[in-house]
Amino acid sequence: MFTTRYVIGFIFILTASVAVALTGLREVTYKKAVQNEDIFNKRAILSAIEDYLPDGKKVGGLSDQEVSQLFEQMEQPVLNMQGETLEGVQAENIDMAKERKKPEAERRLPLYIYEHNGEKFYILSIRGNGLWDEIWGNIALKSDGNTVAGAAFDHKGETPGLGAEIKDNPSFPEQFQGKKLFEDGQYVSIDVVKPGARKTDHTVDGISGATVTGDGVAEMLYRGLKYYKPFLEEIRQSEKAQGLLTQ
Amino acid sequence: MAETAVKEKEPLFQFGKKERQLLSDPLNDNNPITVQVLGICSALAVTSLVYPSFVMAIAVIFVTGFSSLFTSMLRSYIPKQVRMIVQLVIIASLVTVVELTLKYLNYPIYKQLSVYIGLIITNCIVMGRLEAFAMANKPWRSFLDGIGNGLGYGAILIIVGIIREIFGKGSLFAGSPIELKIIGPTADYFINTTDSAMFGWYANNNLMVLPAAAMFIIGILIWIQRSYNTKLVDVS
Repeated sequence: MFTTRYVIGFIFILTASVAVALTGLREVTYKKAVQNEDIFNKRAILSAIEDYLPDGKKVGGLSDQEVSQLFEQMEQPVLNMQGETLEGVQAENIDMAKERKKPEAERRLPLYIYEHNGEKFYILSIRGNGLWDEIWGNIALKSDGNTVAGAAFDHKGETPGLGAEIKDNPSFPEQFQGKKLFEDGQYVSIDVVKPGARKTDHTVDGISGATVTGDGVAEMLYRGLKYYKPFLEEIRQSEKAQGLLTQ
Repeated sequence: MAETAVKEKEPLFQFGKKERQLLSDPLNDNNPITVQVLGICSALAVTSLVYPSFVMAIAVIFVTGFSSLFTSMLRSYIPKQVRMIVQLVIIASLVTVVELTLKYLNYPIYKQLSVYIGLIITNCIVMGRLEAFAMANKPWRSFLDGIGNGLGYGAILIIVGIIREIFGKGSLFAGSPIELKIIGPTADYFINTTDSAMFGWYANNNLMVLPAAAMFIIGILIWIQRSYNTKLVDVS
């Protein structure tokens, strides 16, 4: 039989040595792990403009170094809800999950301005709820601030094969290309509808068996992109002015 | 430690018939999933694709092997009153090692397996082997027993994963560098394309991607195993 003192001593020594060993391992791997996570998130953002990457590459074909280089070249303003640029913050440092917990008026909106062959793309980040847990995505708009150039979604816990198809099945985000956010200057966003319904500039086909996730995507798009509305109107105004000038 | 305590003449790393049995038994007669029916939760959850099943299998083999080894090395020092807590500390720290290593080596797969890596701690196979074997046997044999049980678990995981991925997604090893498209249309099922691999008419079976399918497959595997191996059948 072991004495109480032995038991306490044993547990203490065991836990202490385990703690030291694990802390050591974490310290060694920490830097690389943070870097990996960073690159992982950046790749997710880049997949919204997969068709416009340099040299016609795909996101999977970019090396980690190329990914960070692309982000260094991008302009990364952060907007407030009024569409004004905030000083001293970079878009890549904004944590969308944290922003979503804040009251609506205080949220900060990351924006990535990407240039490819002289064409400007605006990448907007959005976040919402799916069926089981959070879903999020990045939407790339063309320089008119209206036409979608590409979209990419991800999720925390949607059902594989059903809701998870928003990420796993490339044909779902592909449908967003060419869709429009505004109709005659009015904000309409993009809706996710039953597959087979009449196609318009503002609808995409949902996934059979994943109605709730589809509704979640539509809701997230409507709300999330609306936050950027002041900024988008600004681009549209300047675009119009420029159009008049060239005419 | 334990070697000096128990004076023995046989070599430390003996590999005879008994040792071989420790490795091969869990693959058939004493399979942790199909015979002992342990570790079902993660077997249902991670097997919708082969690649994550494979990584999960490696992780579990590592944890069962080394937790058995360490527990067995400490077995004469572990106070009986708190032995389960001690086992848990050992298992939990090994799982943390797996988690940190995955984050370091392959972040996307870490994301994909997410909570299931952490849940290896609660996988009954690990603690079951520590209680049943490692607490009463020498380190080397305990280590082999742990590896064997991990292999038995991993084998079922990969078999179920292969069946589910082929019929549920038409692919194999999706997400890994050697992704293959086996059956069904290459692009997708809800937007029909003429461009297809083998059996282009095949529409993915949505049931296969749900955990329920794994339940059926494991059930069928148990059935097949028992019809071959009659000594497993409980006649009473």
